[in-house]
Amino acid sequence: MYLKKLALAGAVSLLGTTAFAACSYENEVPLKSLTAGFEAWKAVTDAMAECGNFQAELDQEFRTKQPAAFEANPSLYHIGGVSNGTVTPLLNAGTIRPLDDLVAKYGQNLSPNQLIRVDGKIMAVAMMVNTQHLMYRSDILADLGIDTPTTWDEVFAAADKIKEAGVVDHAIGATMKSGWNLAQEFVNMYPGFGGAFFNDDNTAAVNSDAGMKALAAMKKTLDYTDPEVLVSDSTYVQQQFQQGKIAMANLWASRAGAMNDENESQVVGKVTMAAAPMAMDGGAPATTLWWDGIVIAANITDEEADAAFRLAMEGLDADMVIANNEAAIWLVNGYQPGPLAEGAIATATANPAPPAYPSTTQMGLLHTALGNELPAFLTGDRDAAATLAAVEEAYTTSAKEAGVLQ
Amino acid sequence: MKFKTFFWFVAPSVFMMLLFIAAPLISVFIQSFQITQPVMQQIEVETCTPGFLTQTCTTEIKTVPVIDEETGRTQTTTAWVGVQSYQNVLQMDKFWAAIGSGNWGDILQIDFWKALRFTLMFTLVTLPLVIGVGLMIALAVNNATKALRGPVIFISLLPFIITPVIGSLSIYWLFVGDGILTATLERWLDRDIAMFAQAWTIELLMYFYRVWHVAPFAFVIFYAGLQTVNMDTLESAIIDGANRFERLRYVIIPHLMPLIIFIALIHLMDCYRVFDEIIGFRSQAHVISLQWLTFDFLTPDDAGNRAISRAAASAMLTMVGIVILLILPLRRTWRDHKGGAH
Repeated sequence: MYLKKLALAGAVSLLGTTAFAACSYENEVPLKSLTAGFEAWKAVTDAMAECGNFQAELDQEFRTKQPAAFEANPSLYHIGGVSNGTVTPLLNAGTIRPLDDLVAKYGQNLSPNQLIRVDGKIMAVAMMVNTQHLMYRSDILADLGIDTPTTWDEVFAAADKIKEAGVVDHAIGATMKSGWNLAQEFVNMYPGFGGAFFNDDNTAAVNSDAGMKALAAMKKTLDYTDPEVLVSDSTYVQQQFQQGKIAMANLWASRAGAMNDENESQVVGKVTMAAAPMAMDGGAPATTLWWDGIVIAANITDEEADAAFRLAMEGLDADMVIANNEAAIWLVNGYQPGPLAEGAIATATANPAPPAYPSTTQMGLLHTALGNELPAFLTGDRDAAATLAAVEEAYTTSAKEAGVLQ
Repeated sequence: MKFKTFFWFVAPSVFMMLLFIAAPLISVFIQSFQITQPVMQQIEVETCTPGFLTQTCTTEIKTVPVIDEETGRTQTTTAWVGVQSYQNVLQMDKFWAAIGSGNWGDILQIDFWKALRFTLMFTLVTLPLVIGVGLMIALAVNNATKALRGPVIFISLLPFIITPVIGSLSIYWLFVGDGILTATLERWLDRDIAMFAQAWTIELLMYFYRVWHVAPFAFVIFYAGLQTVNMDTLESAIIDGANRFERLRYVIIPHLMPLIIFIALIHLMDCYRVFDEIIGFRSQAHVISLQWLTFDFLTPDDAGNRAISRAAASAMLTMVGIVILLILPLRRTWRDHKGGAH
């Protein structure tokens, strides 16, 4: 991907200034970016590359590189792609700069909704929202006379019918790869049952009634999924959908576009998006809200920051969004929400609304503890109560090491 | 050789070993007794995040690190904590509690002991298999006609050339979900097969993969050793009426013994650091190894936290484990070496 981008950038720069027709100016300052590698980032960095002198690094493991790369002086990258989960270490270490001046200078097209403010200062510019929501094969559910499920109980009832009809290999797909993905499933489900992750003194609070219910719901899912679900990540679930092997999944909105990609998908036009199912009646959809956006490194010169922000604005302009309307749920002006966005919008505007993923140091620690301890429960090696106790214990150990707990 | 000449020959390599092996080792050893943590403060922060149409702003008390005004970096403190990181990794209290209550299975709920169980079993199960399979290939090639030897050697060496992580990924892709081998087996046996759904099938694949990957190494060494077997001894054994198996048992294997010890040494060292299979097979839910545990401690989470002290402790424990495993074969080599000198 990176090489391709580099080759593309090289080819474009060889063509001379006339090739920059898509970009309103020619970038003179060499700039680099480090972002995640999904479709939306590809669209944005491609648009930035049109201005020349720009190297994009798209890497799904960016989260492990970014804090150290931005802490270097000068920073190894000028532009960073972050989400509300991964912005935390950059904010904590002060390695990204406030953008108020730059927004005033170049941000005429930004809507106030896009500006991520921390204590009044703009620290990031969001470009899209993302959430895990229900995707389902509308043709299968219609054939079997099932209404769109709105709660997990209805999802399980629908799954029973689909399983009985035997129309797909597995009724439900789930991003339960042990580690980050599996922990995220719990982080979705647990607030859906009204649980709070932490007490006021930063101790973990997951060993609760809501925690037990969340685990029970996760275990119930296993009845309908692929037996190898503990190795399946978002890409795997996306492929299962595309190959017609599953009928429903609570999957990332950023994966919706791939369902209608005719080069990969055998189910074009058959997958419908709906709000994330609720865990309990009257509750919020069992999911978390995410945003993805750009930040500018602190350890670079003001000229570089100026050029980097200007370039980022060029990448986030209406032309890019119009050309890539289906790649994400864009927050950028010019976006026309299509059918693929319905699920995410229904999720985000639900009342009560699901929480945003908490960007705190503690959440990072708890996420890791969940990712490491939950598999033993799902493989049946340990019961729910012991698992939640183990999660809290693992969190306490690492929180003490990290200085969060005394 | 004169001492001076000897010194200048080995000096570069000694220097490199000190710089790249001894120095990091000492550093890790020290870090395993220390904890470095940022100075945390609690402040009230207002954070505004986008919804789909409008923003939501929340004000909450957040625990964030203190940033040094002068250097612009987070303030950290380093404290000596004794063996606390080792205790955090080993969790001896739970270990003894499990033994005390008679629930031995509970020990395997602790990450370190779970990883140790697999690592030891992996090392000890694959060791005889690698030596056995390697020796069998070597004997087969040695007995093959000259015209066939070249191609057979070439083909048997292929698995060893493959980068381990690529090899394990290939096995994963062949067997996962509807990988071509699983799909073929499913069609043939007419039943659903899920190789990555339970621990024992994953472990079996791992043993198979490691033996397949490393046996060529044993084969090459043994094949070279077979060329030096004393023909006179073999012929006299034949005259004495020794059959093929007896010749193998009483002539060839004693001759190859130093090589077997050598391969055992290398294999123990390599296998105890088993890592690629865990990543390649994505087996963290079912099977983990000691080296993976260290890696997991070192991997930063979304908030950038890394458990460096526990990683250091776990790395030291891995090293201690290798040393213990190597004592037996090393003692034997040492005895042989001394015996040869007299």
